[in-house]
Amino acid sequence: MRTLQFLLQKEFRQIFRDPAILRVIFVVPVLQLLLLPWAADYEVRNIKLTIVDHDHSDYARRLISKVTASGYFQLDQYTDSYNKALKEIEVDKADVVVEIPINFEKNLVRENEATLFLAINAINGVKAGLASSYLQSIIRDFNNQVRTEWIQIPRFSPEINIDVRSSNWFNPLMNYKFFMVPGILVMLVTIVGSFLTSLNIVKEKEIGTIEQINVTPVKKYHFILGKLIPFWILGLFILTIGLFIAWLLYGIVPVGSLFTIYVFAAVYLLAVLGFGLLISTFSNSQQQAMLVTFFLFMIFILLGGLYTPIDSMPVWAQWFTKFNPVTYFIEVMRLVILKGSTLSDILPHISIILIFAFVLNTWAVINYKKRA
Amino acid sequence: MTAVAVNNLSKVYATKKETIDAVQHVSFDVARGELFGIIGPDGAGKTSLFRMLTTLLLPDGGSATVDGSDIVKDYEAIRQKVGYMPGRFSLYQDLTVEENLNFFATIFNTTVGANYDIIKDIYVQIEPFKKRRAGKLSGGMKQKLALSCALIHRPVVLFLDEPTTGVDAVSRKEFWEMLKRLKQQGITILVSTPYMDEAALCDRVALMQKGKILSAGTPASIINAFNNTILAVKSEKMFQLLRDLKAWQGTEDSYSFGEYHHAVMKKEFSEEQLQNYLVEKGHPDVEIKPTQPNIEDCFMQLMQS
Repeated sequence: MRTLQFLLQKEFRQIFRDPAILRVIFVVPVLQLLLLPWAADYEVRNIKLTIVDHDHSDYARRLISKVTASGYFQLDQYTDSYNKALKEIEVDKADVVVEIPINFEKNLVRENEATLFLAINAINGVKAGLASSYLQSIIRDFNNQVRTEWIQIPRFSPEINIDVRSSNWFNPLMNYKFFMVPGILVMLVTIVGSFLTSLNIVKEKEIGTIEQINVTPVKKYHFILGKLIPFWILGLFILTIGLFIAWLLYGIVPVGSLFTIYVFAAVYLLAVLGFGLLISTFSNSQQQAMLVTFFLFMIFILLGGLYTPIDSMPVWAQWFTKFNPVTYFIEVMRLVILKGSTLSDILPHISIILIFAFVLNTWAVINYKKRA
Repeated sequence: MTAVAVNNLSKVYATKKETIDAVQHVSFDVARGELFGIIGPDGAGKTSLFRMLTTLLLPDGGSATVDGSDIVKDYEAIRQKVGYMPGRFSLYQDLTVEENLNFFATIFNTTVGANYDIIKDIYVQIEPFKKRRAGKLSGGMKQKLALSCALIHRPVVLFLDEPTTGVDAVSRKEFWEMLKRLKQQGITILVSTPYMDEAALCDRVALMQKGKILSAGTPASIINAFNNTILAVKSEKMFQLLRDLKAWQGTEDSYSFGEYHHAVMKKEFSEEQLQNYLVEKGHPDVEIKPTQPNIEDCFMQLMQS
């Protein structure tokens, strides 16, 4: 016990004397939470629009003003040549071209139907998809407006109409920050757990102090616990800073209890620390450890449902996410912070992470040898 | 009683391309309280040998005991009672002198106070800097700190891997004096070094080369075993002289040695014959004098055979 106490004392001394680690602890959470939620906003605004108007009619003008008034589009050019408009797309000044054909109004009034042409720059797939659906719904709206002006709508509509009104539960305003911030907190905890742990142990290998420890009677489990406990505490500490910043900057207050979050984070950190420890047993230099951890971290984050929903991934990737501890934590964070899930709701997640923790740590301990 | 008994110990490093026999069937004994030197050039296998004896490396063949404990079976017992100072400074650079010492005392379940007498001589020299971080110490002070840390648990056997490599001449001398004082306290010391001149400071030495021990014994006995005449030769044209010496049939070996060249004579040739040969070869000013062989000469000869 006294040995472990001393190992911990030494470890904390070293951590607090290392300016790089202190920077990671305080600067990384602030910066990540300050920057990432804004960048990872899927709502597309400021779509640049070029209108090719061959008609110059009253209806055409009304359509144009409806589109530009929506707030999603920014009128770049108003021209009467399609080629000119296409040029705009080529030089990246426009994202969308709406072409209003000649006789648009005439056809609409006489034939009761008219056509429009939309051309969308699909280099950025997400933007193109959203722009096209925004435009279509605006045009549909315009269409309805025109119809109501012409047709004397009877008191009871002869047509059967299904009007869909949706309500967004748990995030009524569809605020992307509410969705991203819990996920970013997971990233933070994962970075501390995996990177710092693996780098710390490999550093001892690199400077040779591990040999000096190995010739002493220090028990293997003492040494490993001495390494894991400080980063376990640090991980929970970073989570606290992160939750505080989330409240301060974005006003995010978990609907569920903080206790639930911390219980899960405590278990999750065990798994991540085991992961870091395992990498350190395989690496001989900090570079190696860094590259391997970074590689796996990227995969875990991108396939963990932080940026893109897991349900939209191909089936094989969905299977992979089941073997990714990050997935579970991201899900739990969103469940608890947004929905208010309780411990009993996330019990399956906790048990899976416990299995992860057990497997990773056992593997790492077996792999850590005091002698070659 | 023997403090360290090594019997046929071997270590092989196998890679895909080649296998390196780092230590090959090495056997020797070190008596209790002895200062035993393992002398050999870089790559002789000294560090591998030490790492096996300190239970950091598993041997591939043979056996060894340290203070009666087997290095494979009783590794836990050995870790309690040996001190190891690796060739590279490997203490915590971001901890202070005092913290390093306290740390190593604690993980051996003892305290600095309990064993202060054993490190006192060495530690007083670095005590003024005890609040300084180990990484900020000078080379000589780092070495003293490392030695203090290796001694703090009162080891029975102390392993020092090339402690004087990269240390200046004065500090080297000082270091050997510290070792002598430690010896007086009854600690068995194994020290490895690439410097031949340090051999004379050991009670006994083993000359090691390419994983094998060429010869072992007291420095005097090794020198006594050398039974050729050695002549120190000097002339104006030293480079040409060495080539001429090597070319001559009367020398077994010749090599430069300080400001002279050493010529190891074959038994049936005399100093006169060498003198005549060299004058004939264009060294009229040649100076020849008989000299006592030292460890380096012995080592050179052993390497030849």
